[in-house]
Amino acid sequence: MQNSIARAGKSKAPLEKIMNVLFLVCGLAAVVSVVLISLYMVLSGAPAIAKIGPLQFLAGQIWNPEAKEFGILPLILSSVTATGLAVVVAVPAALCVAVFLTQIAGKRLASALLFLVELLAGIPSVVYGLLGAILIVPLVFQAQTALGLPMSGSLLSASIVLVIMILPTIISVSVSSIHAVPRQYNDVSLALGSSKMQSIVRAVIPAAKSGIVSGIVLGVGRAIGETMAVMMVAGNAPIMPEFLKPARLLTVGISMEWAYSSGIHREALFGIGLVLFAFIMVINVLLSTILKKGGARK
Amino acid sequence: MTKITTENLHLHYGENHALRGINMLIRPNKITALIGPSGCGKSTYLKTLNRMNDTVPGVAITGSVLLDGEDIYGSTVDVTKLRKKVGMVFQSPNPFPMSIYDNVAYGLKIHGIKKRLLMDEIVERSLRGAAIWDEVKDRLKTPALALSGGQQQRLCIARTLAVSPEVILMDEPTSALDPISTMKIEELMSELAKQYTVVIVTHNMQQAARISDYTAFFLLGEMIEYDETQQIFASPKDPRTENYITGRFG
Amino acid sequence: MSNSITGKRKRPGDILLYGVIGLFTAAVFAMTVYFVVYIFSKGLRGLSLAFLTTAPNPIIGTLGILPSIINTAYIILLTLVFAVPIGVGGAVYINEYAKSRKLIRVIEFTTETLSGIPSIIFGVFGNVFFCVFLNLKVSLLSGALTLTIMVLPTIIRTAQEALKAVPVSYREGAAGLGASKWTMIRTILLPNASGGIITAVVLSVGRIVGESAALLLVAGGSAMYLPRGSFFQQIQSSGSTLAVELYRYAYSRGENEVGFAIAALLLIIVIGLNLAVKLIGKRINRGAK
Repeated sequence: MQNSIARAGKSKAPLEKIMNVLFLVCGLAAVVSVVLISLYMVLSGAPAIAKIGPLQFLAGQIWNPEAKEFGILPLILSSVTATGLAVVVAVPAALCVAVFLTQIAGKRLASALLFLVELLAGIPSVVYGLLGAILIVPLVFQAQTALGLPMSGSLLSASIVLVIMILPTIISVSVSSIHAVPRQYNDVSLALGSSKMQSIVRAVIPAAKSGIVSGIVLGVGRAIGETMAVMMVAGNAPIMPEFLKPARLLTVGISMEWAYSSGIHREALFGIGLVLFAFIMVINVLLSTILKKGGARK
Repeated sequence: MTKITTENLHLHYGENHALRGINMLIRPNKITALIGPSGCGKSTYLKTLNRMNDTVPGVAITGSVLLDGEDIYGSTVDVTKLRKKVGMVFQSPNPFPMSIYDNVAYGLKIHGIKKRLLMDEIVERSLRGAAIWDEVKDRLKTPALALSGGQQQRLCIARTLAVSPEVILMDEPTSALDPISTMKIEELMSELAKQYTVVIVTHNMQQAARISDYTAFFLLGEMIEYDETQQIFASPKDPRTENYITGRFG
Repeated sequence: MSNSITGKRKRPGDILLYGVIGLFTAAVFAMTVYFVVYIFSKGLRGLSLAFLTTAPNPIIGTLGILPSIINTAYIILLTLVFAVPIGVGGAVYINEYAKSRKLIRVIEFTTETLSGIPSIIFGVFGNVFFCVFLNLKVSLLSGALTLTIMVLPTIIRTAQEALKAVPVSYREGAAGLGASKWTMIRTILLPNASGGIITAVVLSVGRIVGESAALLLVAGGSAMYLPRGSFFQQIQSSGSTLAVELYRYAYSRGENEVGFAIAALLLIIVIGLNLAVKLIGKRINRGAK
């Protein structure tokens, strides 16, 4: 029957089936990538850590590949210190900018300034590294000379560069979470006789809290993972962290020696990768918990 | 003679028993109106007739719907062929963001008609069939979204006609339109019934009374009464139908 | 009169806060502008035609970044060829096909995770997996494959937003005319999401152009010569992109002049891409009205 609604062939149109499978494969690409990356990070990093000894690796204070000494405590502490300092400085500054953009500036000005924020976010890390090396490192030199320390790249320089690099992340996430606060929160607060600034501090920012916190966590992730810019300003000596002395961060620990490492040395670098990866996964889980909580409250 | 036969049709959305044993014979080349208060299942029933409920998550359907004697829920049915044969016009006009011409030609293209001349001919015939040809013939290449709401709805009817359906389902097709556009579409429907079987869901009882040949009254997922329109409106058999028609509830 | 509603004096605490906010904001934006001006003032004069269109020549002692420009172009092209279909396809799967909420949540969580992994980790993984395990060596191809994973979250998320913005009524209209799912996706969904997909491409290009740490490990750290041989030979050889080249000149060799010239070029590209995103966004908004 020419006009029948029955299928011509036996089964569903083959093209439909093929496309269904193809889309599924694409959908699973991210899942497969994360699984593969986790697998390879563990498979290549864990044996090294086992060989060196977890305690010697994680708590060892001396990194000397020639002497087969692979302690990364200085790297871990340097990463944590640099990130911590950067976040402590960047968060208040970013919040101020976010409040200005969302509550004080007019529409025109805000959109022009947001463009600058996006530009700041888009500048490649190597460019930040170059700017840091030319503009920030010499400033720190003055402090070093004053204190009789040798002039070099330093943990402080790295932190300053990180502040600048995580600013746009925290600003833009904060801006969008403040935008998401229902207008009535602000209106109610104003109607109760608060000043505009009181409303912002007491009503708007608390309502945007989970968004702002997730912005901060994202910033932490970005800071702890940054490599090139930090490598270009930090001096990169694997010693325990002091602000005005050179410091080597975890990321730099991998990239600096990658090209000429081999054998157990290369494996140790995989070990650093695994430690860094563990940090990042903790941050990711933290982030998704915050987001879920924030979402649940809405 | 029947075009569509519905037998003991039940439909569940998860926990919600939305259709409760519908039995109904829809006659060819007639206009059948489905009336009833909101949530009574009339739209849900309409959508089972071309399986537009299939994609709703958690939907379960039992019973049968026969179109020209073929079970449309049978395992060998090609849903795209079914929907070509049973076209649908939606509540608010939903032309694609393309030109007027491309909107009407869309169905032809996806069903493999590529010859330009044939396409031109069918587009014109469909637009004439939907009583909109004179208004748009000079601007077929302009965006469909620039048309007025009433014109958009007639364009959507033309788009449906282009794939030469046998049944046209209309889900409150005039509820988003102004009175003048509504009148035009009502006139068009009587015209369409000469060639097609039309099933229309409407909130507007006057509309059902004006245009339809048969009327079915739905309430809480059940079909309460189904008869010739004149009969239903003149002397309904079920008191619930009477209450609804006289406006005592709903 | 303490109960009067007149009097415009602000609370002292408010004034202090306004001051702090103004100060920080001014500092951040002054710094941004200063950076841009500084880079251009130091770098633009280095961007001569010869610098842009030649390879370095150690014999006569001239510098040129043409090889790294070509490498960058290759990596952008290859990455997009791999990543755009996969990313858009993934977004289509989440939005149109996936029925299990659980699977969607897993996909979205892993996508988030991917976007949080730092480039150096991608570098290590890419080196072990693509260069060594798949034996693709340190090459432009390995670089592009690594970057494919890196830009995937951006493409998936941006495309997903664009797909969500396509009205359900369009999908119903197409289905009502007897369009199969793939036909509907091909003829209605993707054309209507094209603005978002182009945005995704532009954002990805930005990420690719700026990437350095991962590429240093998987694609190579120098660009002395123009690529040679067939296309396939070219993409299987190693080479550095502009950003990696900047690092090499400025850090390894201390040639800051060259570094700033490349920085200026990168900045021009970044500003161009940001403007493009803005323009596309405006066009999409206008289309929606």
